[in-house]
Amino acid sequence: MTAVRVILPAHLKNLARVQGEVTLHLGGEHDPAGLTRQALLDALESAYPVLRGTIRDRATGKRRAFVRFYACQQDLSNEPADVPLPAAVAAGSEPFLIVGAMAGG
Amino acid sequence: MTRIRVLAGTRKGAFVLTSDGSRAKWDVSGPHFAGWEIYHLKGSPADPDRIYASQNTGWFGQLIQRSDDGGATWQPVGNDFTYATDPGTHLWYDGTPRPWEFKRVWHLEPSLTDPDEVYAGAEDAGLFRSRDGGVTWTELTGLRTHSSGPGWQPGAGGLCLHTIILDPVHAGRMFAAISAAGTFRSDDHGETWRPVNRGLHDEGTLPEDEPEVGFCVHHVEMHPSRPETLFMQKHWDVMRSDDAGETWREVSGNLPSDFGFPIGVHAHEPDTVYVVPITSDSLHFPPDGRLRVFRSRTGGDEWEPLTRGLPQEHCYVNVYRDAMAVDSLEECGVYFGTTGGQVYVSADAGDTWEAIARDLPAVLSVEVQTLP
Repeated sequence: MTAVRVILPAHLKNLARVQGEVTLHLGGEHDPAGLTRQALLDALESAYPVLRGTIRDRATGKRRAFVRFYACQQDLSNEPADVPLPAAVAAGSEPFLIVGAMAGG
Repeated sequence: MTRIRVLAGTRKGAFVLTSDGSRAKWDVSGPHFAGWEIYHLKGSPADPDRIYASQNTGWFGQLIQRSDDGGATWQPVGNDFTYATDPGTHLWYDGTPRPWEFKRVWHLEPSLTDPDEVYAGAEDAGLFRSRDGGVTWTELTGLRTHSSGPGWQPGAGGLCLHTIILDPVHAGRMFAAISAAGTFRSDDHGETWRPVNRGLHDEGTLPEDEPEVGFCVHHVEMHPSRPETLFMQKHWDVMRSDDAGETWREVSGNLPSDFGFPIGVHAHEPDTVYVVPITSDSLHFPPDGRLRVFRSRTGGDEWEPLTRGLPQEHCYVNVYRDAMAVDSLEECGVYFGTTGGQVYVSADAGDTWEAIARDLPAVLSVEVQTLP
């Protein structure tokens, strides 16, 4: 069982009714070395169904335009969803950040 | 004792304003869903404590919230508004085909009889229905897939389905209005639709042309006791139909401008109508900086300005299409919200006005419930 850490933006914390980090306990078929963004977001939405459609578009499954992904000082927003995330995220030593992009005024 | 509940959707959350029947003193709760755009909230006529709200931001998309206790607490329900068939294309502003893409819900219309049934009008224009209290949504594809659909073009605010009217007398009859496609009618519970725009004209349309669609309808209202009569505020022109949309005639009469967004009908007088004229399509504020509601007691054509209690100088707000409503007390109350964050009430059918709230975020919608 691996504990993966996720930090949500404020609006999504309110929506999911969580404070601080979200910890996802990924077990079973989860391969820490191969954890992908797809698998992480699937697990997040499974644990918090209210987040479905708020991070990824319902129809296309693509990242919503003003949502960004960061981890380990890297902008992962435009990485393919099916490539492994940094090992530190999969190991739970670094969080995966979901960020509302700075836009508008 | 009778109570009034005003549901105000704003750019930064929802507000619930309540009063007794005097409508003199108001309690304001909110913001609910702070920071999110609330395009519309509406209560079920069959169960007034059942309220639906459309919650959206450009960042995190669409949510539907439901309250079962009159707006005290809320729970998010379903937000899957996937088009049920191949979306196909409509026309983009530049005249090129563009795939249909869901963006937001503009309007929620609860069933007249079943608290669990509610309709949602979407951008890009689609009509959805839920029969389980908003948990799941199914598109009524007959509207979007009408043969004219590939020719629909968005208005400046998007290709939005902003008006849904359920006929209380003719079973299965309903109306929908889309900017800038026009008005549509169904007589079979929303399964099939046809445009009902004869008599409408837009700038640039030749008089001899009678296009089926392509009209920037801003809002349509019906009085429940006279469902054949519809009143419309169009991009320009205030219009009236007395045959359930088959034909329309202009009733702008002596209005200082016939451009505007909302239109309202008195709760007990089906020929008493309210509009808020705006200077023009390029100047979205009241003529001369004077906020005036205009009332017709003759079903249009003859209009009188209502000014008492409304700012008569330096006022440059707008009133959006879904931001006017009436209550059903014996002395009909009229309500509207502005882009300046004011919510105004008139407890005497428009003769005098008072601000319930002055400094809310820009008001997107106002609905009113008259509670026993």
